[in-house]
Amino acid sequence: MTLVHRQSTIPVAGPPAPRYEGPNRRTPAPPAGELVDSPGFPTAARRELDLPVQRGNLHQAMTTIRTKRQQCVSELDHWEELRLAGEAIKNRTLRHLDSYLVQLEENLTAAGATVHWARDAAEANRIITGLVKEALADEEVHYDGTGVVGDEVVKVKSMVTQEIDMNEALEAAGVAAWETDLAEIIVQLGHDRPSHFLVPAIHRNRAEVREIFLAEMGTYGKPAPPDLDSEPRNLAGAARLHLREKFLRAKVGISGANFAVADTGTLVVVESEGNGRMCLTLPQTLISVVGVEKVLPTFDDLEVFLQLLPRSSTAERMNPYTSMWTGPTGGDGPEKMHVVLLDNGRSRVLADRIGREALRCIRCSACLNVCPVYEKVGGHAYGSVYPGPIGSILTPQLRGTTSAVDRSLPFASSLCGACFEVCPVRIPIPELLVYMRNQVVESKKAEAKSKPGMPFLAHGEPAAMTGAAWMMADSRRWSAATKGVGLSGRILGKADHLGPMPWPLSKWTNARDVPIPPQESFRSWYKRERGGGSR
Amino acid sequence: MATKPGEGMRVALFATCANDVMFPDTPKAVLSILERLGCSVEFPEKQTCCGQPFANTGYFDETVPVVRNFVDAFGGYDYIVGPSGSCVGAVREQHEMLAEHAGDAGLARDVSLVAPHVYDISEFLVNVLNVTDVGAYFPHKVTYHPTCHSIRVAKVGDAPMRLLQSVKGITVLDLPDSDRCCGFGGTFAMKNPDISTAMAADKARHVAGTGAEYLVAGDNLCLLNVSGVIARQGGGVKPIHLAEILASTEGSAA
Repeated sequence: MTLVHRQSTIPVAGPPAPRYEGPNRRTPAPPAGELVDSPGFPTAARRELDLPVQRGNLHQAMTTIRTKRQQCVSELDHWEELRLAGEAIKNRTLRHLDSYLVQLEENLTAAGATVHWARDAAEANRIITGLVKEALADEEVHYDGTGVVGDEVVKVKSMVTQEIDMNEALEAAGVAAWETDLAEIIVQLGHDRPSHFLVPAIHRNRAEVREIFLAEMGTYGKPAPPDLDSEPRNLAGAARLHLREKFLRAKVGISGANFAVADTGTLVVVESEGNGRMCLTLPQTLISVVGVEKVLPTFDDLEVFLQLLPRSSTAERMNPYTSMWTGPTGGDGPEKMHVVLLDNGRSRVLADRIGREALRCIRCSACLNVCPVYEKVGGHAYGSVYPGPIGSILTPQLRGTTSAVDRSLPFASSLCGACFEVCPVRIPIPELLVYMRNQVVESKKAEAKSKPGMPFLAHGEPAAMTGAAWMMADSRRWSAATKGVGLSGRILGKADHLGPMPWPLSKWTNARDVPIPPQESFRSWYKRERGGGSR
Repeated sequence: MATKPGEGMRVALFATCANDVMFPDTPKAVLSILERLGCSVEFPEKQTCCGQPFANTGYFDETVPVVRNFVDAFGGYDYIVGPSGSCVGAVREQHEMLAEHAGDAGLARDVSLVAPHVYDISEFLVNVLNVTDVGAYFPHKVTYHPTCHSIRVAKVGDAPMRLLQSVKGITVLDLPDSDRCCGFGGTFAMKNPDISTAMAADKARHVAGTGAEYLVAGDNLCLLNVSGVIARQGGGVKPIHLAEILASTEGSAA
């Protein structure tokens, strides 16, 4: 397979564009620091846990969407068959990804689109920025509204453009990229980062949204009405007026794609608001950035995924807007259409026989919604564009396991397994979490080998794990060790529970009591009562 | 009385390492239930641990000798029964992967001979011995937490609930959001202690709301996690393993 052989030349996902720090920002600045610089999940999670309003918002939203999904899915008797079909189609696609991509390119080209290939984030941003500059070069601005006017593009909500941090790359090139998805504009205006695939502002409540709109909209376009209240319909109305101006004057639209159909050259976007459709139809130039794993072999395959995706993501039988486009059509919609096919680490994931199952992901976010860990901390704790259970396996695969955050992500789960139950394409997330944990341990071992000093396995956790495993490999060692526990039980005497204890046990006992160990292990009791076991 | 359901069956008791040291009453209860039902029970002394704590923390190479020890200890038994959905699930779902990881065909073969014979006590009683009423008596209000690995890895289904509902004198109260994780997760509880306790607090709140006297589960470490929070909060709900309820009879002083 060609893509597999390319592994050596494409090691990991390229770094996304850094935050633009120069003069004259045209869009609200995101928070300082890059995602990959995150201190690691446990530290970031502690920070997020300390936000009571966010915790309340998340708890309420997650509970609602979990219940709705369950109802929506249970309407279909053949849900499991649909999941199996989704898994099978994606597996077949990934097995022959090279030929489906070539077919997709041929049919996109035949339909009048221009196809570009990008190996990593930097290459994709270079291509996109070039295309945008070219499209805007002869632009005449006829606009007499409020706010900043000039080079700008409107965007359909897209995970992959976030993955490469395209907005910051465009900002650095003097182009304002405007998010148009309602939740995404809340995040953008809030100088924030998305917290969820599908509902990026899920960590915000309506009062917070009102404050953001009142404070920020006027700086970047049509201001919010001064008497804006926090009624959802009025908030949506303010966003509609603010965005409408941007839709009407933008000459370039940028989208991702939920699916890219190889045998017809059709791109598909599913959404709930219709704002995406405005971006897809109004501008003169449309640029679609598509991860190479988004391919589906045939148009008929959509039958399966247009059932799986909305029920899994928004708990809807059908999403309100499904847009499909097969090249530009004169006098109807964009006149020029570009498609950027992005690798950015995907071929590396594909080359991993076990890890590649993560590439089946259709970004429905069902695994986030059901994850008890995500519900407590939200998306920001993950230090990744892809949060939650799927992000915890996909991100370290795409980026590699060298940074603190990528090394901590596979451990950001209690392995409860709820994510696999809801995954519409049956990605064995718990197994892949364990697999990635091993990759992290192995990468630390390899790193330690090249450094002088104490060997990796002699450090705290590795020493504890290897020591305990060594003890468990032999019942005589285990038996000898357990005698000490009984002894400690006798020393501790009559207390019911152990209170706070020193580190590292304090990690457990800071909030939980532990009963004192019994005075005699089962093994000793059995030997005493039954005179020894067999073997 | 007719022949006992376990008559003529030779069963290996898989105590599990945590129960062996911290909760010996649980394997004692399993022993007592199985013997009451007529099984001939042996405790292979060579046994230690299923290896799950090390494998789940990413130490695959280090876990392989533990898996080797497990198949050595339990090879040859048709029925290997333990009081932990988590450990039983780990044997069935992880040992093959670990043997493959080691590239050890001999170990993989041994695993394939042993792992399918490993049962959680609840599924052994219901699916193998075909009993739900094991002659237990427990005149208390209880609520049942189906632990994540019991339902999603070992897949014991409704076996524990059917066993509980057949206990004389018992009142089983519904636990809201029962299938949500309690936050234990093995080393997760140490690596992310704050989230873990926040999750356990949710579970403890739901448990307290049922008005039960006992919280029942098929895994003692999940019970330890939740009851640790309950105890710290001064709540009076007591943790108890399913096997200990099933072992209680009118004659015993439960």
